[in-house]
Amino acid sequence: MAPAQYNTVAGLVAGLESGNRRALARIISHIENNSELAQPLLAALYPRAGQAHIIGITGAPGTGKSTLVNALAGLYRQQDISVGIIAVDPTSPFSGGALLGDRVRMRDLAGDAGVFIRSMATRGSLGGLAQATADVIMVLDAAGFQRIIIETVGVGQSEVEIASTAYTTVVVEAPGLGDEVQAIKAGVLEIADIFAVNKADREGADRTAMALQMMLHLGAPDRQQTMHHGRMLPVSLPPDIAPDRQWTPPIFKTIATQKQGIEALLAGIEDHNRYLAESGTRQWRQYLRAATELRMILRDALLERVLQQLGEEAISETVQAVAQRRLDPYSAVRQLLEAYHHRINTA
Amino acid sequence: MKRKIRVLVAKPGLDGHDRGAKVVARSLRDAGFEVIYTGIRQTPAMIAEAALQEDVDVVGLSVLSGAHMALVPKVKEALVAQGMDDVLVLVGGIIPNEDVPALNAIGVKGIFGPGTATQEIVDFIHKELAEPAA
Ligand SMILES: Nc1nc2c(ncn2[C@@H]2O[C@H](COP(=O)(O)OP(=O)(O)O)[C@@H](O)[C@H]2O)c(=O)[nH]1
Ligand SMILES: [Mg+2]
Repeated sequence: MAPAQYNTVAGLVAGLESGNRRALARIISHIENNSELAQPLLAALYPRAGQAHIIGITGAPGTGKSTLVNALAGLYRQQDISVGIIAVDPTSPFSGGALLGDRVRMRDLAGDAGVFIRSMATRGSLGGLAQATADVIMVLDAAGFQRIIIETVGVGQSEVEIASTAYTTVVVEAPGLGDEVQAIKAGVLEIADIFAVNKADREGADRTAMALQMMLHLGAPDRQQTMHHGRMLPVSLPPDIAPDRQWTPPIFKTIATQKQGIEALLAGIEDHNRYLAESGTRQWRQYLRAATELRMILRDALLERVLQQLGEEAISETVQAVAQRRLDPYSAVRQLLEAYHHRINTA
Repeated sequence: MKRKIRVLVAKPGLDGHDRGAKVVARSLRDAGFEVIYTGIRQTPAMIAEAALQEDVDVVGLSVLSGAHMALVPKVKEALVAQGMDDVLVLVGGIIPNEDVPALNAIGVKGIFGPGTATQEIVDFIHKELAEPAA
């Protein structure tokens, strides 16, 4: 067991405030495990956060994301900027376990008190992954890290959702992973603020960069539009915050293993950071993030309530009915909601 | 929500082969643990730092070089220095019987030779973590 003071909210928050890394690590675990302390901790830390610039690094497996994070963080450290890193990898759907190996590529950062690296498994909870990640980002932010880099494997919707919690999203491509640019398939094009064509020492890097260039010219789907899409909470934006659409994602070639092209990439990230501030887009994204966050938490909380009231059996019967096409999912939800309201009204 | 058990698998020392460590890491994942793999040539300080940041319950060390009596106590010391006295430390490798008491004495209880069935390691972890470390 951890020292006793790290089993209370007050003790943990005091530890975090005094820069204790054990306290920080314990807080993250409480959040990940959704322990009883999780919500009070988040409530206590929320006002302290909001200072960090959050950078998402996403792309197909093996494109060199972790190696790139290692190089980028190293360069930030040379500028005396502190960096928190979250490396997310999938939980095995079969065993519930996970193999988190990103640290292998980040060994240059060992022994530096200005860096904190945490590996996270997706754990496949009910839509809670993006939220859990956002919460851990918030903890590192509250701990005072100036840049927070989050590495995710860009292959699925949930990863895209995590990346969208970042202010600057870097999509990493590499030559030799099949001819096509991976971003098209994965649907991560919309979320890219910056492209890195890594492994530029390999043949085909120029072609990959050109393919991206062409796609951008053809007109990538508009990011703001995409983020508006669908299930947002209504937000009335202050009139002075207008979405600025002037940003065209730049493309940087990098060789992460040789730390080449990293200065330019970092400068691109910081350019985007400045652009966000100056155009008012950052503030606008903060509103969208808050809306997304509220929506996710509300959805989870409501779902949990409904599940609690109705019980697993009733739900699994309904699932069966839908699976066997005796009932369509929309009517099923209506029935479940009616049953739920009936329960709470007669309780 | 059920708490996940987190295990750091590290290879201290200078020998550069980590096939065995990777096999163990994979089987621990298949047993449902969250395994943080840090790779070869880890110094005791690096291992302790990673264990702290990742807030692991278990540190598994793979030592095949025969240098376990030099390395394992140093890792244990580094963990204690970080306030991680409570972490369960396991060692896998070729550990002669006469070295076992010394390792036990510094609090390293789980010692597994080559060819140990993974299930044995998994059971050991579950048993040790279930009991209050009083
Ligand atoms: N040739 C070459 N290999 C690289 C480069 N960057 C990373 N790699 C290698 O690509 C492999 C995967 O890298 P990793 O960072 O783990 O990729 P990730 O899965 O995207 O995080 C490793 O063997 C790296 O050493 C690069 O710029 N050039
Ligand atoms: Mg990686």
